[in-house]
Amino acid sequence: MGKDLNLKLKVWRQDNADDHGRFEEYGANGIDTDMSFLEMLDVVNEGLIEDDREPIAFDSDCREGICGTCSMVINGVAHGGQKGTTACQLHMRHFSDGATITIEPWRATAFPVHRDLVVDRTAFDRIQQAGGFISVRTGSVPDANATPVPKDDSDLAMDAAQCIGCGACVASCKNASAMLFVAAKVSHLSLVPQGQPERERRALAMVEQMDKEGFGNCTVTGSCEAVCPKEIPLDFIARMNREYGRALIKRETSS
Amino acid sequence: MKAKICAIPFLSMDFIKGIFSTSLGRKYIMAITGAGLFGFIIAHLIGNLLVFAGPEAINTYAKKLHDLGPLLWVARLGLLGMVGLHIWSAIKLTTENREARAVPYEGEVAPVDNHRRDEIISNFAARTMIYSGLIIAAFAFYHLAHYTWKVPQINGVAGEVEGDFETYYVADDMVTRKEGQEGEDPADVYRMVVIGFKVPWVSGFYLVAIGLLCFHLSHGLSAMFQSLGFKNKKHGPLLDKFAIGSSVLIFLGYISIPISVLLEVIK
Repeated sequence: MGKDLNLKLKVWRQDNADDHGRFEEYGANGIDTDMSFLEMLDVVNEGLIEDDREPIAFDSDCREGICGTCSMVINGVAHGGQKGTTACQLHMRHFSDGATITIEPWRATAFPVHRDLVVDRTAFDRIQQAGGFISVRTGSVPDANATPVPKDDSDLAMDAAQCIGCGACVASCKNASAMLFVAAKVSHLSLVPQGQPERERRALAMVEQMDKEGFGNCTVTGSCEAVCPKEIPLDFIARMNREYGRALIKRETSS
Repeated sequence: MKAKICAIPFLSMDFIKGIFSTSLGRKYIMAITGAGLFGFIIAHLIGNLLVFAGPEAINTYAKKLHDLGPLLWVARLGLLGMVGLHIWSAIKLTTENREARAVPYEGEVAPVDNHRRDEIISNFAARTMIYSGLIIAAFAFYHLAHYTWKVPQINGVAGEVEGDFETYYVADDMVTRKEGQEGEDPADVYRMVVIGFKVPWVSGFYLVAIGLLCFHLSHGLSAMFQSLGFKNKKHGPLLDKFAIGSSVLIFLGYISIPISVLLEVIK
């Protein structure tokens, strides 16, 4: 057992998508330093339920940093600002006794707030559906190494494929730009042979959908890569810019 | 495949829309026009530095530029087009960015690993590109009114005997002063520079504007490579150093002129 903390929470509460919303303050007392941030919220919610009050709605699923569901801005930073971690992996030992913690949902026009800390991230799904896939024969699993992939390429593709689509890049970007997410998705398939047949179509369609969703534009501040729980580097945005230009030229020159 | 109104590659509607009406396309426009304007900034600096070589050098250079005639107008219109596109896409992109984050965050940025704060918040130059850019545009307009259109009220010495740049011409030796005619006699650019920058507030405003320009470039030059997709892990840091290094050099190059005038190194 760790030490106990008494904290003050300032949490965004919003009843539904049409509600204006407001901040409410709660005490979080007797919080074990070994708890994760979400476990701390669970404790607060149990208290709220006992008092017959509405618990704070937040998203969570795997609670081991891989599902990309938990989404909250903790003290102005998406996922709280520990290098390469999601909110569920952030432990209470990082906070000092008596501290006030501000908790807000992702703020982006393309991610409307459903309720409290829960935002609608289906914009990411629609971008993925526009081109973030490969068309393959379904059925039996192909033989391993049937398609040779150079090690460097597969390593780089895997760096991009680590994206869990949590949306922290959008939440952190001063322009609420989704370019790191889209760049990761465009890049990882463009680097492997399986992604080649749809390479140009993918880049064009995903960028088009990204624009339609109302995300902002990249101004190369690097905030996204700093908060990304999978530490996806900004270089992938340059790669996406390259992929898009390449696709535009290819579409023009092939008839 | 969408219908094309024109079969010529790079002139099809799809291509034009792909550049002008998408986020990435507009970033290409920012980057390419930015690169063009950077080229102008370098060329203009090299021309200006001829002031250190004396009146004959810079006045001859100015005359040669003027003698280009129609070519000069091609260059001027090209520059104007680049400035127009650069500002148009900047305003368009900035408006979209504002709309994309309609509700600001309440919490002060305080990551649990506090040393990471600087990585998380965007740097000042990146946040203020639109402002530094618009101030530079305003300065460019003032600068044209000062030295190209020679508006007497702007040079800060209007009303004084030597105040009217319209009367600054030289004889064919490029040094001897004379009262000439626009378009007939070579302009005395050297004297315009010296008299112009002798006024402390003119030099002061110039220093501030050049400072802002280089501040704008320190972010813009590296973002330009990113937007065009030229940046990667290997040479990315080198491009960042290039951006900072050339901004500092350009700053020093430009400000050396008003400072030399004020210190009477050039007179």
